[in-house]
Amino acid sequence: MKQSISVTINGVQHTNDVEPRLLLVHYLRDVLGLTGTNIGCDTSQCGACTIHMDGMTVKSCTVLAVQADGSSVTTIEGLAQNGNLHPLQQAFWDNHGLQCGYCTPGMIMTAAKLIENNPNLTDEEIRHGLEGNLCRCTGYENIVKSVQAASAAGG
Amino acid sequence: MGYVGKSIKRVEDPRFIQGQGKYVANLHLPGMAYAAIKRSPYSHAKINAIKVEAAQQLEGVIAIFTGKDMLEGTKVSGPCGALPCGWNPPNTQVPTHYALAVDRVRHAGDGVAVVVAESPYIANDALDMIEVDYEPLPAVVNAKAATEAGAPLVHDEIANNVSFTWALGDKAATEKALAEADHVVELDLINQRLIPNAMEPRAAVAQWNGFTEEMTLWTTSQNPHVIRLLLGAFTLGIPENKLRVISPDVGGGFGSKIFHYPEEVIVPWAARAINRPVKWVASRSESYVTDAHGRDHVTHCKLAVKNDGTITGLYVSTWANMGAYISTFGPLIPTALYITLFSGVYKIPAIFGEMWGVLTNTVPVDAYRGAGRPEASYLLERLVDLAARKLGMDPLEIRRKNLIPADAFPYQTPVALMYDSGNYQKLFDTAEELADYKKMRKDQEKARAAGRVVGIGVVGSIEASGPAPSQAAMALGSAIGLWESGIVRVHPSGNVSVFTGSHAHGQGHETTFAQVVADELGLPMQAVQIVHGDTDRIPFGLGTYGSRSAAVGGSALVRSAEKIREKMIQIAAHQLEAAVEDMVYDRENGSVYVKGSPDKAKAFGEIAFATHTANNLPAGMEPGLEATSFYDPVNFTFPNSAHIAQVEVDRDTGEVTIQRYVAVDDVGKVINPMIVNGQIVGGIVQGVGQALWEYGQYDENGQLLSGSMMNYAVPRADSFPKIEAGRIETPSPHNPLGVKGAGEMGTIAATAAVANAVMDALSPFGVSHVDMPLTAEKIWKAIHGAS
Amino acid sequence: MYPPNIDYYRANSVTEAVSLLGQHSGAKVLAGGHSLIPLMNLRLTNPGVLIDIGRIEALKGISTGNGAVRIGALTTHATIAASNVVPKALSEAAGMIGDPQVRNRGTIGGNISHADPASDLPTVLTALGATIHVTGAGGNRAIAATDFFTGLLETALKKGEIVTAIEVPMAGSGSGSAYAKLANPASRYAMVGAAATLTVHGNQCTAAGVAVGGLTPKATKASSVEAALVGNTLNADTIAAAAGAVQNDLGDEILEDIHASAGYRKAMATVFVQRALTAAMERA
Repeated sequence: MKQSISVTINGVQHTNDVEPRLLLVHYLRDVLGLTGTNIGCDTSQCGACTIHMDGMTVKSCTVLAVQADGSSVTTIEGLAQNGNLHPLQQAFWDNHGLQCGYCTPGMIMTAAKLIENNPNLTDEEIRHGLEGNLCRCTGYENIVKSVQAASAAGG
Repeated sequence: MGYVGKSIKRVEDPRFIQGQGKYVANLHLPGMAYAAIKRSPYSHAKINAIKVEAAQQLEGVIAIFTGKDMLEGTKVSGPCGALPCGWNPPNTQVPTHYALAVDRVRHAGDGVAVVVAESPYIANDALDMIEVDYEPLPAVVNAKAATEAGAPLVHDEIANNVSFTWALGDKAATEKALAEADHVVELDLINQRLIPNAMEPRAAVAQWNGFTEEMTLWTTSQNPHVIRLLLGAFTLGIPENKLRVISPDVGGGFGSKIFHYPEEVIVPWAARAINRPVKWVASRSESYVTDAHGRDHVTHCKLAVKNDGTITGLYVSTWANMGAYISTFGPLIPTALYITLFSGVYKIPAIFGEMWGVLTNTVPVDAYRGAGRPEASYLLERLVDLAARKLGMDPLEIRRKNLIPADAFPYQTPVALMYDSGNYQKLFDTAEELADYKKMRKDQEKARAAGRVVGIGVVGSIEASGPAPSQAAMALGSAIGLWESGIVRVHPSGNVSVFTGSHAHGQGHETTFAQVVADELGLPMQAVQIVHGDTDRIPFGLGTYGSRSAAVGGSALVRSAEKIREKMIQIAAHQLEAAVEDMVYDRENGSVYVKGSPDKAKAFGEIAFATHTANNLPAGMEPGLEATSFYDPVNFTFPNSAHIAQVEVDRDTGEVTIQRYVAVDDVGKVINPMIVNGQIVGGIVQGVGQALWEYGQYDENGQLLSGSMMNYAVPRADSFPKIEAGRIETPSPHNPLGVKGAGEMGTIAATAAVANAVMDALSPFGVSHVDMPLTAEKIWKAIHGAS
Repeated sequence: MYPPNIDYYRANSVTEAVSLLGQHSGAKVLAGGHSLIPLMNLRLTNPGVLIDIGRIEALKGISTGNGAVRIGALTTHATIAASNVVPKALSEAAGMIGDPQVRNRGTIGGNISHADPASDLPTVLTALGATIHVTGAGGNRAIAATDFFTGLLETALKKGEIVTAIEVPMAGSGSGSAYAKLANPASRYAMVGAAATLTVHGNQCTAAGVAVGGLTPKATKASSVEAALVGNTLNADTIAAAAGAVQNDLGDEILEDIHASAGYRKAMATVFVQRALTAAMERA
């Protein structure tokens, strides 16, 4: 029994009939074609699928699309504004905050809220704030550096 | 233009930071169907029957195929061959390994059937409706136990489960050294099984064109041409000229995406069978039971030392767990990438290593970051520490005493390798200074006096990177050469496409190779575009593993750029009516002029265009400006490192905290320091993961107990301090860039460094060795003497 | 990661939720989904019908009155972690659950209804002497936390009942509380968790609430520790001695897994009770 949902994604409203079991991450990727949000695990651990939902970071693998009905969602594709990179996107680029790039969208989405909630983060607070996002390439060091840089840039 | 040596920002990053990475799982083709694979819950069982009828009835299910279907073939999709092994030491017995098990499953996760459906949800629904009648068989999981009499046989035709054995070194001389030594330190150790966990799960998409009989496979591979060769020649049987393999952006590999996996056969086979594009993406749970695992050695080792700390001999016996089947390069890892490294950074006159490659009812084991070399480094560095402790020497002092001196290079070890270059004294000096080692030791004394449990670990490590040369590799068991290809193609308007057989999955080749080629030709980097990962665009190449890309792939590009320069010089000489030997190629701005007359230079673009108009070329010269090179290195390169770690143990809980980590590495000349540093740091964190947390643990029945991220501890952001990294540079003398591999050095050193630090912390408690991972419980028990 | 087929109903009030639960036997309640959806993703549960209560505003938020703090069942871990009015042990434990993203969606009601032995909140609520308010077809009930958690993944919730609120006593003057845990290095769930609340006048402990979790099938009240504390002077030595008494409260069934054996967890129970008590004393 499909349900009609209406979700505002990156500022655009989308209305679709979906199976109740459809995960939000599959709705984004497979229904809407927004494949920037990656899937890295199936136990809500890795954080690759992190997005913003109603102003908060959530793991879109652990939300049903029907739960997002009426919500406002931002994905990595919606972060840059008017062709300008978000300060965190710029900082990840400037500081080699990524290697294979797979965890990067989730990492950036999580970090964006960290900075928004506290513009004066210590390295330790950043590391703690990123505990729900796994990266296998960088050893996290340049990710922390990127978040610091974005924070300093007023991200 | 002077790009090489500079920390140029990566040109690949804009697509990744904006969510535009081209990963296989992102691909959507019209009419695409979705595959899901039914996997065995048993580690060892006979398949009596597979009942698919009910699942077949489910609305949206297109087809279900079993191992028998693939073996026999359908009308349109012919029979499949077994997955081959690409590295066979003499007398290796490679068991038959079909993409889907036919009559027996041999590890939990072995595939038995594939469902193709209109959506991945339906495909997974159908999996639950397939009934398999299994007859469980006794299983064996431990490599040493598997060789003992009466152990269950994983493959009936392979006696004692031993697929191959290998030995290297002078056994008699080593036994003599042990007999005559002032001291022998001995260790039984387990180098535990690891699970790679690249963040991108493996995926495959296949598209069949029934009219042209051409197959395209997008797959998460580190070496698409190798996969194409194996698909063409062994498994799928589609000729290579009708088979295109594309590995677009790949989200991390660490070795685990080198190998030819069953799904790379199943997906194109099914696409041909149903004549529709088919997509398969591994769930992480599937990754845990299907991606090749790493390490898993049971080892007994002995080190002979004199009273003054001089090492005189090393004897090692290892039972290497190969898993249920021999993976593509499985036998290479515990042989030619392991025993050959036993000399480390030390002068050891007598070395002997022997090993048994053993089949068990577990996921196949193959290369994982470091691949054989971390195992070698770990046992040697643990033994050296034990020797230091026995002799009352400082761990740094005993290492210094045995270092290969700087004037001894090239240095021939007793285990086949010829080290190209190094300055290990300078390496240790730099690490000692960066760490302020003497102060660390004083602080440790103070901390101990205050009741704290603090330890310092020191290691010197060696890596053999960029396996080579092809001739030697073939003699050791390789089924393929170890060269690399590179094409430099100059377009008429003067910009350049570079086609490399190397493959980037995080390493940043699109940047570093552009730096190299731009410098070779004197062009702005923006004029150079790197193309990789598509067998229809790039020349046959071997891909990326073993820290080979810069040294081998990069060198191929240098050779091609040299050919471009030579042709341009000839053209400029012709057009300027000068002798070729009087010409100067200006590598600052890519122009060619007659010596003394730079004002009358021929610009790069001018010559590029001239090669395409072809109306004013030297007599007999072919038009076009393109060069291809196949670079076969004469030797490995030998990166090396001195790492110092400091840890504190919580006496009450046994939890280990890393307080400092100092790393000094010599990876030869550096193309992009920012990227190299990223590789080293990332590698260190993976190495620390093995020392403290990671463990692919099976129970005695062959059930994987650490089968998800809920139970397998991948390091997290909050587990580390900032790593203090330093570097020295001794160029490799035998490749044109002077580079050595940088991708694995951190991992090879870090595991031993942290393990040594923890054991140093525990020395006041009389504890000399604890097997990894050094979990809180194990450390607590070691401190409190509890069993 | 493809959940099985489900029917889905959204309840706009507690009454509607209870009514829907009555109509669909076997239905599961969906709050934040952070206990349920991971199980569905691995197909370890197949509820058939989900009743989504996530939008019932009346179940959200924290309020105070009559000497108690009332936390709506749909209040997220993040909200509790950031709260200044809930006892410190509760905000501290909520801040240690999962990771920031999980805390943004996971709810206290969903968490305790799932009653995972490795979860942090049941331990804290047991120590604090919380009351769990539930509503079902038969009306409202108030259940003491010690009675609410009945076993491994089992609660006193009857069929068709949902948790509506959790009430904990306000921290009084001279009181302090804390939560400490030994986390699983992979999942970061508690292998051992200890919660303590102490009321101190002068140096005398006048009231104590202590509980442990993670190692026992359900959150376990450490009555022996409480008894060893109340009426006695608090200092490092008496706390250490009292912490050791937790061994009397652990019962026979100690959980274990590849990360920590039962024996180690038992030993750690003393260590973490001591840590929680020490922090609680410092805050009192």
